[in-house]
Amino acid sequence: MAVVFKKSSVMTDVPFHYCPGCTHGIAHRLVAECIEEMGLQDKAVGVAPVGCAVFAYKYFDIDMYEAAHGRAPAVATGAKRVHPDNLVFTYQGDGDLASIGAAEIVHAAARGEKITAVFLNNAIYGMTGGQMAPTTLVGQKTTTSPFGRDASHCGYPVRVSEMLSTLDGAAYIERVSLHDVPNINKAKKAIRKAFEAQMAGKGFSLVEILSTCPTNWGLSPVESIKWLKENMIPYYPLGVFKEAK
Amino acid sequence: MKGNEAIAEAAIQAGCRYFFGYPITPQNQIPEYMSRRMPEVGGTFLQAESEVSAINMVYGAAGAGARVMTSSSSPGISLKQEGISYIACAELPCVIVNIVRSGPGLGGILPSQGDYFQSVKGGGHGDYRLIVYAPSSVQEAADCVMEAFEASDYYRVPALVMGDGMIGQMMEPVEFKQPKKREQPEKTWAAKGYDGTRDRAVINSLYIEADVMSAVNARMQKVYREIEKNETQYEEYMMDDADICIVAYGTTSRIVRNAITKARKELGIKAGLIRPITIWPFPSQPIADATKKAKAFLAVEMSTGQMVEDVRLAVNGACPVSFLGTTGGIIPNPNQIIEKLKEIKEGM
Repeated sequence: MAVVFKKSSVMTDVPFHYCPGCTHGIAHRLVAECIEEMGLQDKAVGVAPVGCAVFAYKYFDIDMYEAAHGRAPAVATGAKRVHPDNLVFTYQGDGDLASIGAAEIVHAAARGEKITAVFLNNAIYGMTGGQMAPTTLVGQKTTTSPFGRDASHCGYPVRVSEMLSTLDGAAYIERVSLHDVPNINKAKKAIRKAFEAQMAGKGFSLVEILSTCPTNWGLSPVESIKWLKENMIPYYPLGVFKEAK
Repeated sequence: MKGNEAIAEAAIQAGCRYFFGYPITPQNQIPEYMSRRMPEVGGTFLQAESEVSAINMVYGAAGAGARVMTSSSSPGISLKQEGISYIACAELPCVIVNIVRSGPGLGGILPSQGDYFQSVKGGGHGDYRLIVYAPSSVQEAADCVMEAFEASDYYRVPALVMGDGMIGQMMEPVEFKQPKKREQPEKTWAAKGYDGTRDRAVINSLYIEADVMSAVNARMQKVYREIEKNETQYEEYMMDDADICIVAYGTTSRIVRNAITKARKELGIKAGLIRPITIWPFPSQPIADATKKAKAFLAVEMSTGQMVEDVRLAVNGACPVSFLGTTGGIIPNPNQIIEKLKEIKEGM
């Protein structure tokens, strides 16, 4: 019988700890498949964040780091500078990357650091139980914005891809979403392009992946996908924001 | 050579090929020197966006198996503490240089020893230690940096070299002498890319299960006991017949030496000096042994009294322990120390 699907050899057999309906699992698979298809398992080094993906080092069958909250781009910088031929990537959520780690990601991009950031944006702090993130939409209810995010009180959500694409050091920046199969396929292509930009020495690359958090959004997985499509994509438009020649 | 430059060159001579730092006075000559010297030896100097990033770049490079250093001064070292705690728990070797300035807060840029607690009692969160060297001359600063790389690699414990504005800024002759080479274990744990010929490298300080975290703590403590046994360094000066034992380190110990010579010659006060070269591990045993002959102890520091606590623990009530301290970047003068010795002598 023909094999139509198999788990990537770049994934370990450790079961995911992610909640049912969460899209982290899909994102992990796409990253692993890209590494496998590029034949870079022995050169890939990943940096896990603090947040829901804190245990990512258990799931990728490659050399891994676990970084302090927000510091993954700095850790990846050290790792890449020592072994410039390696494929070095960070895997970070929106609290980690866009809030506490804003300085690290901006300057990694500004330096044109030859690393790739896989950035999961689900508009909320997942691991700590659903607090307001820098990416939380205006009006969105979280455990620390129980009446909905009030822009006059705590400002506006950060569009990371648009912001970083203004920097000359950024070589490839794309925003994708995991809400249906065509978009999942696009997300994989984006990760592949970002990795290729890094390996070609073009500079910093980032793929922002719009993701669901059914547990903390208080929605079913199916409702979450609908919510992402209807609320996140209008504020966080999909597309390529930067592509260096 | 200027102290800061000697520290930087010593690191190069010790095989350090990666340096990540951020500007802060009075240590700027270290990154400046590294920025021109590293390219000559095929190394990497990178100015980070903050001290926080610099120490996390160190985490990345140390985890990749490199000899790596960062330097800063007190407020910047405070910012690095999170990263230092992670490095300690991930059991990564590296060297951190602190050219201490006065504080707390933004403080001043003049010499101080107010970071003693921060250096030897943790600094960051959790149960960890650093191997901490406190050189008293430019030559010793260079020696300590080279030794720090060897010891740090050997034990997989980060090492800190604690100078002050005086050590960093003054010029003295220096000779770069290779320290005793240790049989260094191969860095099979480093994240270089997983080729299947060894276990997968995971550079990590997260241990969510209580028994696993506890076992890591036990392993770290075992290494710390080894370090205490093997790495304690100190120097004695005129201790053979000393009635009063002064304990002082770094810049302060140089002034204390002057005061001892003068007090002996002019006043017949028999004072001697125990000078810790490593402040962790602290030379507690030599101090305890000195209580058999000395009748009183005096700790002199450029702080409001930090090391004196370790002196009191070592003396353990066997004799009185006095303290003389200066703050704000004021360096104690020999006459102040002599006045204190007179006071102690009268009370004896």
